[in-house]
Amino acid sequence: MTAVLTRRPGLARIRTAGSPLHHLCLAVVVLVTLAAVAAPWLVPHDPNAVDLGSALAAPSAGHPLGVDAAGRDTLSRLLLGARTSLLGPLGVVVFSTVAGVAIGTAAAWRGGRLDTLLSRSTELVFAFPGMLLAILIISVYGEGLLAPVLALAVAYLPYVSRLTRSLVLAERERPYVSAYRVQGHSALQICLRHVLPNIAPVVLAQSTINFGYALMDLAGLSFLGLGVPALTPDWGRMVFDGQTAIQHGYPLSAVLSCAAIVLTVVAFNVVGERWADRVARRDR
Amino acid sequence: MTTPGNALDIAGLRITLPGTARPVVDGVDLAVARGETVALVGESGSGKSLTSRTALGLLPPGAGTAGEVRVDGRDVLAMTPAELRTVRAGTAAMVFQDPRAAVNPLRRIGDFLTEGAVLTGALTRADAAARAGRLLRAVGLDESVMRRYPAQVSGGMLQRIVIAAALMGDPVLLLADEPTTALDVTSQAEVIALLAGLRRDFGTGLLFVTHDLDLAAAISDRVYVMYAGRIVETGPAQALFAAPRHPYTAALLASTPRMDGPRGRLAAIDGQPPDLRKPLPGCGFAARCPLATEVCDRQAPAPAAAPGGPDHTAACHHSDRLEGSPADAR
Amino acid sequence: MPASTADSTSSALLEVRGLRRDFGGVRAVDDVSFVLPGGGSLGIVGESGSGKTTTARIVAGLEQADGGEVLVRGRTRTGPARGRAARLARAREVQMVFQDPFLSLDPRTGVAAALRETLALHFPGRDHTARVRELLDQVGLGSRAADARPRQLSGGQRQRVAIARALAVEPAVLVLDEAVAALDVSVQAQILNLLADIREQTGIGYLFITHDLGVVRCVTDEVVVMRHGAVVERGATEEVLAAPRHPYTRLLLESVPRPGWDPEAIAAARRAL
Repeated sequence: MTAVLTRRPGLARIRTAGSPLHHLCLAVVVLVTLAAVAAPWLVPHDPNAVDLGSALAAPSAGHPLGVDAAGRDTLSRLLLGARTSLLGPLGVVVFSTVAGVAIGTAAAWRGGRLDTLLSRSTELVFAFPGMLLAILIISVYGEGLLAPVLALAVAYLPYVSRLTRSLVLAERERPYVSAYRVQGHSALQICLRHVLPNIAPVVLAQSTINFGYALMDLAGLSFLGLGVPALTPDWGRMVFDGQTAIQHGYPLSAVLSCAAIVLTVVAFNVVGERWADRVARRDR
Repeated sequence: MTTPGNALDIAGLRITLPGTARPVVDGVDLAVARGETVALVGESGSGKSLTSRTALGLLPPGAGTAGEVRVDGRDVLAMTPAELRTVRAGTAAMVFQDPRAAVNPLRRIGDFLTEGAVLTGALTRADAAARAGRLLRAVGLDESVMRRYPAQVSGGMLQRIVIAAALMGDPVLLLADEPTTALDVTSQAEVIALLAGLRRDFGTGLLFVTHDLDLAAAISDRVYVMYAGRIVETGPAQALFAAPRHPYTAALLASTPRMDGPRGRLAAIDGQPPDLRKPLPGCGFAARCPLATEVCDRQAPAPAAAPGGPDHTAACHHSDRLEGSPADAR
Repeated sequence: MPASTADSTSSALLEVRGLRRDFGGVRAVDDVSFVLPGGGSLGIVGESGSGKTTTARIVAGLEQADGGEVLVRGRTRTGPARGRAARLARAREVQMVFQDPFLSLDPRTGVAAALRETLALHFPGRDHTARVRELLDQVGLGSRAADARPRQLSGGQRQRVAIARALAVEPAVLVLDEAVAALDVSVQAQILNLLADIREQTGIGYLFITHDLGVVRCVTDEVVVMRHGAVVERGATEEVLAAPRHPYTRLLLESVPRPGWDPEAIAAARRAL
């Protein structure tokens, strides 16, 4: 197979040498997802309830992970923050995967001028830093999760569309595709029913890896105060809110949300890499 | 039973793979003398490629072996990795089915020919280039191809280049695994002519692995026929072709569409080779054999010599009931 | 041979006229014409690069010709098919079986599902259970194979599935592109016999693309020999193989290995040609 998954150099080095690490990361992914789904029923306190009397309090029975500088329960904010922090990257991945697969497939299948047009325009996006694009769009559209998600989705789209294009190019040369064409199936039917399911594992592995990166980028944006509205609990936002508390000797809310981001990103990456490796091996 | 001086001597070779109920290669005895051409014929899954690759110590992962595989008198199965490397670099060489897959498309042909000898330190770069040039002329090519890339030459030419590369280490034994299957019929003749000439000039023993019984008979001194991991028949090519002593050989000859003999329906062999996941107490061919009786399922036949032909043996309980060539009987 | 072009137009099932195809300055198919009569079997023989596979792909509609015409039952199929009806009509004219049965089936689709998919496309709104069983039966596959994925089948079984899938469309012409070249000798004989039986039962026409003269002799009535994109010899299979007129056909015949075969003479003849 000529298609290569795009991995950023830093995280790609965390290879899944042993399977215990992979199991651990899979567990983290499942746990974080469950926490995000069940957050409204799990939270002990209203995440935005301000209790200035116990601001910066240490962990206690009522507040297992302490209270932040504004007097909000850290555990509740972490749990509900998981929703925003996972929903954002999910939106990025879903949009970039769907659009990227559609563009990549169309470019590879039709070829010719359409291919040139689509490939060149996605390369143009490639050349433009994703974060910068996001900041630009947010500054135009203002606050809200939608703008940064769309911006990052556009920024991530080329990774998916390039991969899809090369996969579809290889796949359409296979005799089974010729066989379906001779049988009278339309190009759309062949793509949807046969080509896409056959390339799906590789594309999804790439998307899983992208998920981790998108999470990091979105957290970075909300750390800068962009995107996520001020009161919505979000991990990146919590790091930002908590940094002043670190100077006062109460690092818990910032450090915990940092840890949550790092753990989740690494877990998604390891799971995605492992998946990608297994798919690659099966193809050989 | 190994004879000193043979290029290849395989005795009682048994290869087991994980997840199978019977050995994939089961008690194979095979010898190739220096300067002799021997063909190993079988269909896919018969274990013929596995057998030939063992001579280079190339075994699939997890394979268990028993028996002896002597290349130039030394047992490959008992060798250290370092010793194996010297065997692969010099004593024995292999020519694969698809020359395009055996050559790095991004490197010049000259580099492909010389890199082995230069990297192992056997020859200096200049000596290696000189030897490569001589070998290219020996395989009927011009030295100028050394500057070209694999994509710039035809498949037949590339296979001759691969053969020249195999001869760089001056091997005692050349293993050719279906070397002409990916080639056109006319290029096939050319490669065969070349191999025959090289055997004459260099005295190399040649083990020719093929699925084509006609080709095997046309080029080799002796033929081994393999089925379900066992040698079912062996003998001089002419004798085996004219009067096969094993029903499988006879059926294989009868099912080949050829230029003489009647047209129309072929005498196909019904059924399929035995499943690797089931043990095989009797003869491997019994389920598809027209001569099979109850003893065939129970007891694996031992090789027995043909009357009047001590070097023509077949492992069949009913050899004597096979008369004449089925190609004539058809 | 001229017999086959003279009385062509009326009885011709498949007719190819002056076919031409260029690939970047190289003429892969150069003025190729032939006629396949109803229920007949025509072989196209040649080596790699002779243009035989390109010819087959043009006939099957997988590639477009730069010139010339392909007609089935007198109707042209030149130019791309416009619309669903035209696409299906063309599929019922010509079907194709490919060389490598390991690659010509979608690895994810089961045997019965692959057949049902084709039947649903061409004969919608019917129950296909009986027809699937009939097709599997016709190619000698049991009901156990119906549930299998291609991976679980042997090469011969997969090629049977590919043949069944082509027959499901009920085509007039079946193009077989090296359809037995990747199979073992004993399996190849089974498939060749099967193809002979199917032709006898259905009256389908075969266009048999192969490099193997033994196979040509076994399954075709007429043969066309191609070299460098052009037809060099044509005629009744038996006559061409018994008394070849073109030196290239002679070379091909001599190249078939047999006892007492002299590869060096062939190599010399090849260089001389």
